[in-house]
Amino acid sequence: MKILTCPVNGPRNITEFQYLGPFRAADPENPDQLIESLFYAENPLGVLKEWWRHTPSNTILIAERHTVTDQIIATYLPNRKPA
Amino acid sequence: MPFSLLKYGLRSRHVPYGDIPKTPDLKRAYDVVIIGGGGHGLAAAYYLSNVHGITNVAVLEKGYLAGGNTARNTTTIRSNYMTPESVAFYKEGVELYETMSQDLGFNIMFSQRGQLTLAHSEATLRSFHLRAEMGKYMGTKIEVVDVQTVRDLCPDLNLDIGGQHEILGGLWHADGGTARHDAVAWGYAKHAAARGVEIHQRTEVLGLGKTGDRVTEIKTNRGTIAAGQVLQAVGGLNGQVAELAGIKLPIRCFPLQAMVTQPLKPFLNTLVSSANLHTYLVQSSRGEIVIGGGSDPYQLASTRSTLDQKEHLAEGALHLFPFLHKVKLLRQWAGITDMTPDYSPIMGASPLSNYWLDCGWGTWGFKATPVAGKRMAETIATGRVPDILKPFDMRRFDNFALLNEMGATAASH
Repeated sequence: MKILTCPVNGPRNITEFQYLGPFRAADPENPDQLIESLFYAENPLGVLKEWWRHTPSNTILIAERHTVTDQIIATYLPNRKPA
Repeated sequence: MPFSLLKYGLRSRHVPYGDIPKTPDLKRAYDVVIIGGGGHGLAAAYYLSNVHGITNVAVLEKGYLAGGNTARNTTTIRSNYMTPESVAFYKEGVELYETMSQDLGFNIMFSQRGQLTLAHSEATLRSFHLRAEMGKYMGTKIEVVDVQTVRDLCPDLNLDIGGQHEILGGLWHADGGTARHDAVAWGYAKHAAARGVEIHQRTEVLGLGKTGDRVTEIKTNRGTIAAGQVLQAVGGLNGQVAELAGIKLPIRCFPLQAMVTQPLKPFLNTLVSSANLHTYLVQSSRGEIVIGGGSDPYQLASTRSTLDQKEHLAEGALHLFPFLHKVKLLRQWAGITDMTPDYSPIMGASPLSNYWLDCGWGTWGFKATPVAGKRMAETIATGRVPDILKPFDMRRFDNFALLNEMGATAASH
């Protein structure tokens, strides 16, 4: 069982979470970045900042996770990154 | 071919031959450098050397020959796609498989036994009609069949009548088949090498040097070489290798997991696939049941398996064939798939003038090994992208001309 820590509900089985994809640098509201934001998602070999949802409590959160080791480095509520 | 085989078999003293020559020293320059020694790269090398007469070719492989996704896929060969562009392309792939053993003089164990995709709902059946009509229009063997025909085609299948996943019918694709993945790669490698193509194993590309809009030098762990033309076909690492050339690709990496059981007597004559259960099964010529189709639910570039996905695959397999419940698993694995937004590959030109792409093969690359190799070789030899590849150009994302094939597979993604 892999554990992801929900900032509201604490450590939970990762099967309780829904993956919502990478946190996107490109802005879909900016016409110059529309294609980028639609199709060219972040795909690093390294730490990826990404959106998740804790399904039972509908908590939307951000996780920073390494895409090679699958190690979860931090989880926090959007715009509330701990210092 | 059968005649020479008979002669070989009757000879009292066999001289075993090595199919793949040892890795030679790198030369300073090649007309064509192929990055990636998997099925696609080797097929391209074969067609370049055997059809187009271009033999000053190097294939660079980071690991060992065909040890990446060529070794990790579940060897489904079919052309039952949704868009006419895809069906035309994959149909040519299936046709090349039909004659490949003869063409190569190398038994690739192609077994064209048909693929049966199951419908557990009316909605799925309707989508099957769309696929069947498109396939018929394009000249492939495909039809929607009722549950009685499903039973005739696959008598051991649990139809689950009255249950949660009751089988209402299926999509029968008689052109579907399977082949031995290693043999495909080795057959191409053998014939390419015989014409002078150099296959460099344990040769990792570390950097690409550009002059203007051309890649002029390739830095590897064994030295730097110059190249006239470059083909990139590196499976799961396509996004990263393209970045070395300064090209960003619309690719996200997800592992796809699969497994095989211990060998059983032959009972499963078709390929069986269920999109509802995200599971597909095929019995290999060794008797093992290959169970495939579990993509990890989030982006990852690791080939480690997870118990969650294996349990999910086992659940699907047991639902379709409950009598497998005491069968042991022999092997399990994962491969990194390079997924594109529309579930179609990226083939053809790149923003650089001498750098060609054969990427974005996600979970659907093995079936296209011969046709991708053939058409990419044609592209490199003539400098012109053939019409059949044009819809797969990476600029389709900029033009919103996507080729949506998301519903054409049972893999879970």
